[in-house]
Amino acid sequence: MINKDSKVLLEVKNLRAEVGGVQILKGVDLTIRTGEVHAIMGINGSGKSTFSKVLAGHPDYAVTGGTASFEGKDLFSLEPEERARAGLFLAFQYPVEIPGVSNSALLRLAYNTLQSERGLEELDPLEFEDLVQEKLKVVEMDPSFLGRSVNEGFSGGEKKRNEILQMAVLAPRLAILDETDSGLDIDALRIVANGVNSLLSPDNAVVMVTHYQRLLNYIVPDYVHVMDGGRIVRTGDKNLALELEARGYDWLRAAA
Amino acid sequence: MSTALHNLVNQPYKHGFVTDIETEAVPKGLSEDVIRLISKKKNEPEWLLEFRLQAYRHWLTMEEPSWANVNYPKIDFQDIIYFAQPKPKKQLASMDEVDPELRRTFEKLGVPLHEQKLMTGVAVDVIFDSVSVTTTYKAKLAEIGIIFCSFSEAVRDYPDLVKQYLGSVVPSGDNFYAALNSAVFTDGSFCFIPKGTKCPMDLSTYFRINTEGSGQFERTLIIAEEGSSVCYLEGCTAPQFDTNQLHAAVVELVALDNADIKYSTVQNWYAGDENGKGGIYNFVTKRGLCKGINSKISWTQVETGSAITWKYPSCVLLGDNSIGEFYSVALTNHLQQADTGTKMIHVGKNTRSKIIAKGISAGRSNNSYRGLVKVGSRAAGARNYSQCDSMLIGDRCIANTFPTIDVQNTTATIEHEASTSKIGEDQMFFFAQRGIGSEEAISMIINGFCKDVFVHLPMEFAVEATKLLGLKLEGSVG
Repeated sequence: MINKDSKVLLEVKNLRAEVGGVQILKGVDLTIRTGEVHAIMGINGSGKSTFSKVLAGHPDYAVTGGTASFEGKDLFSLEPEERARAGLFLAFQYPVEIPGVSNSALLRLAYNTLQSERGLEELDPLEFEDLVQEKLKVVEMDPSFLGRSVNEGFSGGEKKRNEILQMAVLAPRLAILDETDSGLDIDALRIVANGVNSLLSPDNAVVMVTHYQRLLNYIVPDYVHVMDGGRIVRTGDKNLALELEARGYDWLRAAA
Repeated sequence: MSTALHNLVNQPYKHGFVTDIETEAVPKGLSEDVIRLISKKKNEPEWLLEFRLQAYRHWLTMEEPSWANVNYPKIDFQDIIYFAQPKPKKQLASMDEVDPELRRTFEKLGVPLHEQKLMTGVAVDVIFDSVSVTTTYKAKLAEIGIIFCSFSEAVRDYPDLVKQYLGSVVPSGDNFYAALNSAVFTDGSFCFIPKGTKCPMDLSTYFRINTEGSGQFERTLIIAEEGSSVCYLEGCTAPQFDTNQLHAAVVELVALDNADIKYSTVQNWYAGDENGKGGIYNFVTKRGLCKGINSKISWTQVETGSAITWKYPSCVLLGDNSIGEFYSVALTNHLQQADTGTKMIHVGKNTRSKIIAKGISAGRSNNSYRGLVKVGSRAAGARNYSQCDSMLIGDRCIANTFPTIDVQNTTATIEHEASTSKIGEDQMFFFAQRGIGSEEAISMIINGFCKDVFVHLPMEFAVEATKLLGLKLEGSVG
């Protein structure tokens, strides 16, 4: 929902970044306000996944220019865990498996870390159990997933739902979904999308990084950005995504 | 690597101090004269001197084993001090007579020498360099017939028991290091649980090597008579020296009918620095004999410290229906090398064994699991379950598994499972992205990985082990 008076959550200016000495981002500008849903689209190698990893602080990526402020704070001066505690959440394209660490233990530690950061009370395992049972409903997950090791032996769809479960528990200010739709069948896509929709509020914002328009049928974006060659080359509304779906990316590159 | 991580990498080994205490040591080197001197200093009976000399003569004919997957410069056995003890040596009638400097050392290490302070109900025998300094709770245990004392005292006060069992599980010529130990062992712990007695408290030995250039050769003998049970804990530390120190212990356990021995170790010798300089060479022979029917011996070990670990706590399952267990976490970092595992020798009928081995390798270390499951021709219905998991941290370390299975009875059931996993940058980034710092992340991953072993440690050991592993690994990812 667009409301020009709402607070600026994230403001990125002329962001440049490289990985392994190769310049990937070549001047990205983006402003996100609370209550907004953004989609970033583009072909493989256009820089959209890099963009999300740079914002979250992945150690392989080096910022070489530009600024990013998150609720007024200099994002790049914060360690990755500090960014997370400030309310920046990244749903991973390829969620990692953590053998031996139960899903519920991870969720509780992450939740309590945030609580103490915010000066709020930490929950003991029983209290947390009540909270997490509610959140499971958001992604229609079976409670048995809580006792299993994080993502170990999960199907692709289950891993993605697990990411959204973490998002539901941590209630971030800004959630970046990095190709959360890839590898999902239509039912899983619907569940994930419903989960995300139910978490949207006027106080937070979501950025979806995706190849396909399909996800945008379920989570309707306020803005669609097209990345190409490490820059945002076009911004429009949801109709831009439909147009891309119909015409591909080439017409845009030719126009640009 | 972040600054926080960098600081953690360079965290010093906290037990690396040397106690400034006068020690009396025999000159470096090994000969029959040195052995006679050790035996004389300890006022030993003739039969024990004979035992030593026989072992020594056998040792001279033996070759240092080279089959283990470890590399180190040849040890000069003439360059080792075989006996060092704190001075003055006088009979200690009570705790208050222990050298105050020594007492401060153990307080620093967290070993409570004062019985008054012993709220935890653990009886402790403390071995400093080669000599047993004090045994707490001795009198109280004696009331119910339990003998828990230093090995030297046992030789003096219970010679028949020692004579009967010494070398009955690990013969003096068993292997190179066991033979060396049999020749020069200086002290250790002795523990005897009489028929039908459940030991009411955990018994504990704390080993400390203090003198530079000295070796530690302790000998532990635990006997559990029919229907008795005991839980035994062993902790180890050493100061930080640039030179390598040799530790070659022998531990023998004997469980008679329906007896139960649980032996837990948290080994934190000095591992050497990040360039592999210094550290303990740990060549240890530990073996338990389930002599009686329905007897049970369970080894739990957390190996973190030595520069080189060569250690295979084993069970010989002689009695029908006897049970052997081995739970192990072996962690190597920097240039540490570990070749450790177990042997389960099934002799009796319906004997069962279980092996859970977790290896964690970080830095440029080399970590090997070596195991033998042997089922003899008479061991009808024998069963074994083995699980060997390796975890790699970073991309310059090595993990190996060398399981050997030798079955001579067709009714046996053997299962072996193995896995390898890796803590990588992606996992650490995932934790960070969920707001969890690297310290907590590593601790969580390692605890998860070692859970199946830690549950077998006594509570306070489990807590210590958890902290120790976290400490040893911090900074190895990043």
